Amino acid sequence: MQYHTPTSFEDAIEIAAQADGITRFLAGGTDVLVQLRADIVTPDTLIDIKGISGTKTITHNDDGSWRIGVAVSGAEMTEHPTLARDWPGVVEATDLIGSTQVQGRCTMVGNLCNGSPAADAVPAMVAAGMTVTVSGPDGTRELAVEDVPTGPGKTCLAKGELISAVNIPARGANGGDAYLRFIPRTEMDIAVVGAAVNLRLEGDTITEARVSLGAVAPTVLLVPQAADAIIGTTLDDAALTALAQAANAACAPIDDKRGTIKFRTHVAGVLAQRAARIAYERAQKAGK
Amino acid sequence: MSKIHVTTTVNGDEVEFLCDPRETVLDVLRDRLGMTGSKEGCGTGDCGACSITLDGRLVCSCLVLGAEAEGREIETVEGIATGEDLHPLQQKFIEYAALQCGICTPGILVATKALLEKNPDPTETEVRYWLAGNLCRCTGYDKIIRAVMDTAADMREAS
Ligand SMILES: Cc1cc2nc3c(=O)[nH]c(=O)nc-3n(C[C@H](O)[C@H](O)[C@H](O)COP(=O)(O)OP(=O)(O)OC[C@H]3O[C@@H](n4cnc5c(N)ncnc54)[C@H](O)[C@@H]3O)c2cc1C
Ligand code: FES
Ligand code: FES
Repeated sequence: MQYHTPTSFEDAIEIAAQADGITRFLAGGTDVLVQLRADIVTPDTLIDIKGISGTKTITHNDDGSWRIGVAVSGAEMTEHPTLARDWPGVVEATDLIGSTQVQGRCTMVGNLCNGSPAADAVPAMVAAGMTVTVSGPDGTRELAVEDVPTGPGKTCLAKGELISAVNIPARGANGGDAYLRFIPRTEMDIAVVGAAVNLRLEGDTITEARVSLGAVAPTVLLVPQAADAIIGTTLDDAALTALAQAANAACAPIDDKRGTIKFRTHVAGVLAQRAARIAYERAQKAGK
Repeated sequence: MSKIHVTTTVNGDEVEFLCDPRETVLDVLRDRLGMTGSKEGCGTGDCGACSITLDGRLVCSCLVLGAEAEGREIETVEGIATGEDLHPLQQKFIEYAALQCGICTPGILVATKALLEKNPDPTETEVRYWLAGNLCRCTGYDKIIRAVMDTAADMREAS
């Protein structure tokens, strides 16, 4: 295994583009090192991106949007004085990853690029409408988060490409987001189901919404039908019922010892409802 | 395979070592620097027995490469006591018998020291969540939590 510490994205791209065999990028290492130590994946080339300038920075842009460096850890997001005020769902989802020790290292980008359908940060990123900047030998493109994973452990990134920034839209007025997961214990477990909701209100009526589900399909899902079920409503009982039905209908989960198909499908609806209620309350508070 | 030369600081002392790119900080501490206080319970980030701080941040040393330690500051359980004088946490752990086999203890001491530096007045719930990644097979946690709460109270009074 060759270990590299490039100091620019250009150098990282060049190393990755010319590498043979298996290449991994090293952000927090909480997936890469586990897979390395367990002999699941031994990269031929390991490119540590933490030495690239700007990768540890959280920037609140003038237009209200956010740019999160690709090596910013979960703990750094939680400790940021204002990020969680704008995007509590994104921060709480990332904060659910692992223990205090894991929080000191894990990143949103690693969570996304590891490609687990049960990744906790990803549904919240999708619901928030986040994008990633992908840089490679042919230049730079911006991708919606939901377009990055293509299956368990797989992403659409080509050889030589890496994510160079994570972008969160401006929060704007009267918005709120939330993420909830179900696990059999209260900490340190893999999501059996995850659900994220992000919405905006005008008065008491929902005018915009995005709903995302984790761990119920080969990739994290954006579920437009679930969003449509609550847009134009005040999140009354009928809307909540329609939301749960749309969430149920989107599920194509696995059946395993941690949750049966029936259980995961049911819980997806319940969590979508609860996350929607929290997002709604947060949006109401933001409007006051 | 070519080895990587690393210069880092461990408990205030500058140290140098050569390591394989796949070696973790835990491997380096135990096998190259002879500092066996940090334990390997799992090697996969689940148990916290290998907890250290890296530039003041609590992490699992089994999930950090030795090569990543270049130019950083590491604190381990060996740096907690001052000579023969135990840290208040260490004294309380003995007083409360907050350990049995002791394998989890170094990691828990490093983790709780980091907690009390960040938050001198944690609630019991905060202590339990903070330590969710430190597994103990022997004590049932209760004595550990009580020792931490009592140390925090003492340290607040002393300061
Ligand atoms: C004890 C423990 C508990 C955990 N609990 C949870 C949990 O509750 N929920 C959860 O979702 N996950 C959990 N995880 C998994 C892991 O912590 C997360 O997926 C984490 O977000 C990974 O981030 P990282 O920065 O450590 O990634 P790394 O391990 O550094 O990288 C992961 C992957 O992303 C790729 N990558 C990294 N940066 C880039 C980039 N800039 N561009 C392109 N590709 C990149 C790497 O090549 C690699 O394939 C846990 C892990 C451990 C060890
Ligand atoms: S040995 Fe590092 S967490 Fe268990
Ligand atoms: S005292 Fe034995 S594992 Fe904690």
